[in-house]
Amino acid sequence: MAYKAALRVWRGDAGTGDLADYQVEVNEGEVVLDVLHRLQATQASDLAIRWNCKAGKCGSCSMEINGRPRLACMTRMSVFTPEETLTITPLRTFPVIRDLVTDVSFNYAKAREIPSFTPDPSIKPGEFRMQQVDVNRSQEFRKCIECYLCQNTCHVIRDHPENERPFAGPRFLMRIAELEMHPADTADRREIAQDDFGLGYCNITKCCTEVCPEHIKITDNALIPMKERVVGRKYDPLVWLGDKIGRRTPKDTPAVPGKA
Amino acid sequence: MSDAEVHSDAAASGEPVPAEADRYAYDVVVVGAGGSGLRAAIEARLNGKKTAIISKSLFGKAHTVMAEGGCAAAMGNVYPNDNWQVHFRDTMRGGKFLNNWRMAELHAKESPDRVWELEAWGALFDRTKDGKISQRDFGGHQYPRLAHVGDRTGLEIIRTLQQEVVALQQADAAELGDPEAMIKVFAETTITDLLLADSYPARIAGAFGYFRDTGRFVTFEAPAVVLATGGIGKTYKVTSNSWEYTGDGHALALRAGAKLLNMEFVQLHPTGMVWPPSVRGLLVTEGVRADGGVLTNSEGKRFMFNYVPDVFRAQYADTEEEADRWYADHDNNLRPPELLPRDEVARSINAEIKAGRGSPHGGVFLDVSSRLPAEEILRRLPSMYHQFMELAGVDITKEPMEIGPTAHYVMGGVEVDPDTGAAAVPGLFAVGEVSGGMHGSNRLGGNSLSDLLVFGRRAGLGAAEYVSGLSSRPTVPAVDVAADAASALQPLERAEGENPYTIHGELQTIMNDLVGLIRRESELKTALVELDKLRARVAQVSAPGGRAYNPGWHLALDLRNMLQVAECVAQSALERQESRGGHTREDFPAMSPEWRKVNLVCSLDADGEVTLTRQPMVPMRSDLLELFDVSELHKYMTDEELAGLPGAEVAEEKH
Repeated sequence: MAYKAALRVWRGDAGTGDLADYQVEVNEGEVVLDVLHRLQATQASDLAIRWNCKAGKCGSCSMEINGRPRLACMTRMSVFTPEETLTITPLRTFPVIRDLVTDVSFNYAKAREIPSFTPDPSIKPGEFRMQQVDVNRSQEFRKCIECYLCQNTCHVIRDHPENERPFAGPRFLMRIAELEMHPADTADRREIAQDDFGLGYCNITKCCTEVCPEHIKITDNALIPMKERVVGRKYDPLVWLGDKIGRRTPKDTPAVPGKA
Repeated sequence: MSDAEVHSDAAASGEPVPAEADRYAYDVVVVGAGGSGLRAAIEARLNGKKTAIISKSLFGKAHTVMAEGGCAAAMGNVYPNDNWQVHFRDTMRGGKFLNNWRMAELHAKESPDRVWELEAWGALFDRTKDGKISQRDFGGHQYPRLAHVGDRTGLEIIRTLQQEVVALQQADAAELGDPEAMIKVFAETTITDLLLADSYPARIAGAFGYFRDTGRFVTFEAPAVVLATGGIGKTYKVTSNSWEYTGDGHALALRAGAKLLNMEFVQLHPTGMVWPPSVRGLLVTEGVRADGGVLTNSEGKRFMFNYVPDVFRAQYADTEEEADRWYADHDNNLRPPELLPRDEVARSINAEIKAGRGSPHGGVFLDVSSRLPAEEILRRLPSMYHQFMELAGVDITKEPMEIGPTAHYVMGGVEVDPDTGAAAVPGLFAVGEVSGGMHGSNRLGGNSLSDLLVFGRRAGLGAAEYVSGLSSRPTVPAVDVAADAASALQPLERAEGENPYTIHGELQTIMNDLVGLIRRESELKTALVELDKLRARVAQVSAPGGRAYNPGWHLALDLRNMLQVAECVAQSALERQESRGGHTREDFPAMSPEWRKVNLVCSLDADGEVTLTRQPMVPMRSDLLELFDVSELHKYMTDEELAGLPGAEVAEEKH
């Protein structure tokens, strides 16, 4: 059943902007991205939207729809009533480039700070042996499509830009957990998770999990277990003794790239 | 971006150039940041070359994320009888022997190493019971061969390569003080033209483009450019491809003087979603059928048994009973016909729909709900479950899906040297979907991800070696940069003109309706006339607004590429008077051994018009020919091609 939907779409750039009102046709089965595309094709050819696969697989079309962080390609119009006005705004945590497109380079900078996969160098390609049960945990985290909805939602940075330096955000704390639980990784990232990537800032309100379009249990399966591991290491009597006698950093703790 | 790398235009040559264009110098510029581009860039960097990766989208979003089923590699982890020879045979059969056999050989031999290498970079594939990489069945592959991660294998591969690029950047930061000293990603950057040095013979000198966020122009000076731009799906209306797939690399290569091989071969994936309309074309992985899913018509019949062609008769089951036994025992049963190569399945589905036995929304049924327990479906096909549940409200553990053919992959592409990926223009390389030859007339599922890795590495190496062998670096002619900039600005400057979205829609309709799955001479001729009319309109397109992140402007520029590529597809399709793989002519339904010896090659003439030439196929090396039974070769090849082969005379009598 086709109808005309009322859309309020944020138009503007880094400097200024405002909500603009549009009436756009909606057809059966469509998602918000379809309607934005129709708006683009018929009324606003320069409306900036970032999108790619339109299948929930690439994580490009992240935006806020009626204040809720969502993928526009996976949000069906049928979740709204035809009378409802849709307010569509860019991700709030990141600087606006234009219209619905934001500068997400913060996330790429964080990705580059996390010490990479560190296998045992004596294992040659083709010789890795891992059981499915052991890869399941990290595989869940590798479902991440890097839409950054969790980063956008997390109040630690959403409302506190001053935390952007010490806090890596849920996506990258999960990346640390992924490597930590990777059966073939040998590095110990527990100390740096806390000291360099701000795991302690997370107070497990589970907002990240709630917005994850891949339904990854970020808080329960990555962040809380990671916190437990950090605590487990910190209060390990041997580590405690080592700290007392001045051996600060164990040798399997990798250096944080870019950090002096 | 670091300012130190940018130097002003005036300093570069002292010649007049547009006032604003950033300028960078690299050894190797890789255009495209999907699997093949990233693998090529990694290899160039590992060989000491300063490398730029140009990504039309954000880093890590390229079309490779859409690959679902897996990556074919004859590791023999599940069936030890598998080896490169078996994989090579399957690939050649799938491509109906039109493949560049050297590429098929390299691909089959090297893909296991490329998969294992990913594991050493952190990839986590699904496992066998003894802890090795698990391998799944797929259409056209004799043994379970596809390394996979559920149904999100492409995501795993692109993320692993992305993270390996980051690992290299971390190493460079530690050693050289700058993570981008040796490898840098230019995200949301589009290349609009390749730059040629004006020395003779013409060779690559760099690439010209723009940053999407600001609209600023950028010139890359580089002696080697690797095209890794993917496919052309956005020239079709019903497609599984994302917006990036506008044939950029195909058109860039053509305009730079390279050749496009066999562009008539476009793969329609048999299973795309058909409903709701907004997701029509969206891919449904072949893994559904490999895991037991069956295709049925409105009468509830498994119709694929009626469509096994003669060339495949010996390898596919006649009865449902045998087909069903095959899942548990591959050695003593023949394969279910649902797992025929994609071209065969797509045509069969099309025939069922045409015969009035389709599903309510114009497809056929694909059912896995009656074949596997719900929990097993959720484990093996989580993305498919998610996709149908959220976009169509269909629970695939309880009811069948409705599916139909969707434009998925172009087998045609830049003609390259199999060993190095080098195109006809010195300094130009092509890899992945934008290259041609490897897959012949039809690609097997799972052979794309492995293609990206095998030839990504080879093209990166080829480009690095080419640069090492140069005695002087080419210089970019300033006048070309100015001309490219002026041409790119035209749609913005034109006050009156047509909406690029409207023209794009018309182009897609022409290709879908007239150059689609089943082709006819009259329709192809009409398509060429219609495309010619569009040409004048594309030249007059207008994109209002500014230069910063203006999608209307971006589409206006992409349209030039789509149109040129569409002309190549339509012309080649008109020329090839036979049916083979991803090219079906209703007026020439048979496959012809004479046509198998012919490659169709598109290039641009002096006036910039697409011209088509016939080029003989290089005869297959005898040790590779001997991997096949002569009686099978007779189905594809002429008697004279087979003369002298052991057993040829005997087979001829039977034949």
